[in-house]
Amino acid sequence: MIEFESLEKGQIIGSHTVQVNRADLVRYAGASGDFNPIHWNERFAKEVELPSVIAHGMFTMGSVIELVSTWVGNPAAVIDYQTRFTKPVVVEDPEGSNPTDHEGTTISVEGKVGALDAEARTARIDLAVSANDSKVLLKCQAVVQL
Amino acid sequence: MGINPDLVGRIYPAGQSYQVGREKIREFATAVKATSPAHFDVEAARKLGFNDVVAPPTFAIIIAQRADAQLIADPASGIDFSRVVHADQRFTHHRPIVAGDELLAELYVDQVREMGAGAMITTRAEITTASGDKIATTTSSLLVRAED
Repeated sequence: MIEFESLEKGQIIGSHTVQVNRADLVRYAGASGDFNPIHWNERFAKEVELPSVIAHGMFTMGSVIELVSTWVGNPAAVIDYQTRFTKPVVVEDPEGSNPTDHEGTTISVEGKVGALDAEARTARIDLAVSANDSKVLLKCQAVVQL
Repeated sequence: MGINPDLVGRIYPAGQSYQVGREKIREFATAVKATSPAHFDVEAARKLGFNDVVAPPTFAIIIAQRADAQLIADPASGIDFSRVVHADQRFTHHRPIVAGDELLAELYVDQVREMGAGAMITTRAEITTASGDKIATTTSSLLVRAED
């Protein structure tokens, strides 16, 4: 259990990585209902001038919040969560790899306390999210009710 | 072609209600690689004070994107789905979504603006129970890339 009083602005809450391969994108498409072919069909993705298949922005947003959910111990404590999608997360399908257990692309996230509201007893956690050496989410912020 | 600016202020009424299923929460949680037992195990969820398994923080995207689909399918919108890029997203939860909820989403078009040769549209889904209790507000901006 995280105590509000123990938190300080700027404090790092931890870091986390998420691996994403093509099978993960198919699974997310099915679970979310977002079947846009740019997330599973390489030919189509390239036809619309993307470098290759890209992860759903919502896969990235949905998976990196795990850092905060685990830290606070209750996923429903996340009462507000927002981001901008700045760069696509490209997910390659290398020659000879097994599509279901290939390690895929690594998404890295680090969280720190961005703001504290003593009256509401909320903490804003700012997430720095990168993949393929680029920042992929911007202004990625989760407000946690403590 | 951009986006019809006359869409601003338009409201798409809630369509068929969305029944939140326990297995759907488990499936979605697995798909976003969430590990909290409260998504999977009813007893674990009850220990945290919920009646049933609780949805991950971005689960409402399923309901919001169904509401957005009405707008994209509306011939008046002029949106070519194959050129749509998700630009930003926000979820504000008024209370957690749990299995067994029956939810409605009313969609509001809040903004349309030109972005270079393309255009950006911002929509807001107000998600409520059938009896009108506020559950979540989601805001999405979609960038429609210009044709080359």
